[in-house]
Amino acid sequence: MLATRALSLIGKRAISTSVCVRGGHGVAKVEDYALPNLSAEQKSLKEKEKGSWVALSNEEKIALYRISFKQSFAEMNQGSGEWKSVVGGVFFFIGFTGLVVLWQRKYECSIEHIFCVYGPVPHTFEGDYKEKELQRMLDMRMGPVQGFSAHWDYENKQWKK
Amino acid sequence: VSIQCGNMFRAVFRLSATGARSLTRSRPCYSAPLASRCYSHGKVETDEEFDSRWVTYFSKPDLDAWELRKGMNTLIGYDLVPEPKILDSALRACRRLNDLASAIRILEAVKDKAGPHKDIYPYLIQELKPTLTELGISTPEELGIDKL
Repeated sequence: MLATRALSLIGKRAISTSVCVRGGHGVAKVEDYALPNLSAEQKSLKEKEKGSWVALSNEEKIALYRISFKQSFAEMNQGSGEWKSVVGGVFFFIGFTGLVVLWQRKYECSIEHIFCVYGPVPHTFEGDYKEKELQRMLDMRMGPVQGFSAHWDYENKQWKK
Repeated sequence: VSIQCGNMFRAVFRLSATGARSLTRSRPCYSAPLASRCYSHGKVETDEEFDSRWVTYFSKPDLDAWELRKGMNTLIGYDLVPEPKILDSALRACRRLNDLASAIRILEAVKDKAGPHKDIYPYLIQELKPTLTELGISTPEELGIDKL
């Protein structure tokens, strides 16, 4: 019944652009283009609107506005607090990822090697190798001006104080 | 006549504040139908022609509700704030159609169009005050619907 009433109000044009033939939903909803069903009070207000607008009180003017427009510009343009949920969710998942990383590190080399996430480190990390590596860097004078070797005192064979 | 010049030349509204006046002065196409700096062929519509075209549109005595809505939606779609005389014509069209809600909506819309330029809307209201009092249209501020 609503559909036939809507049809008589606006014709077939708006109906055809909506997904459903009845126009209850879709792109061009019938209620966006036709006046809503008015109560008796609203109808009498609409009659009063035909006269001088100076005679209308502020409440009546607002009521007339609300008949035609669901939201004022202020209401339409107001932001939501959704961004707080989004940022909160982001932090939560970053935190969760941090926990996963911590777990991975802790269990990287258990005795049974069941929970090993990271494999064994290369032999180049062993202390003996590292000492030889460091000596080689000094012999090559790597970073002699401002970098590595600049901090080594070659005369006294120690790090500069 | 279509608007061919780039958007920045379509600042129809002439601000009375000193700051923005330099903006309008620097436009090469300012009231020069065949200015050499235009970006396409053909005659460019002047601001005055644009304004009078819209005033005429809304002044049509038998303008119907659809045409009012269509006109306003098109006008608001442009990159400009309409001149007071265009708005005056539109408000009077609302009066002919017994549509107070649309009249208030028009005022809300132009305030929104002005965007960050907060001095445009008070100027418009100042210019439209005689019409608003004559027709009995309250501004959104007077009704309190400009706040949540």
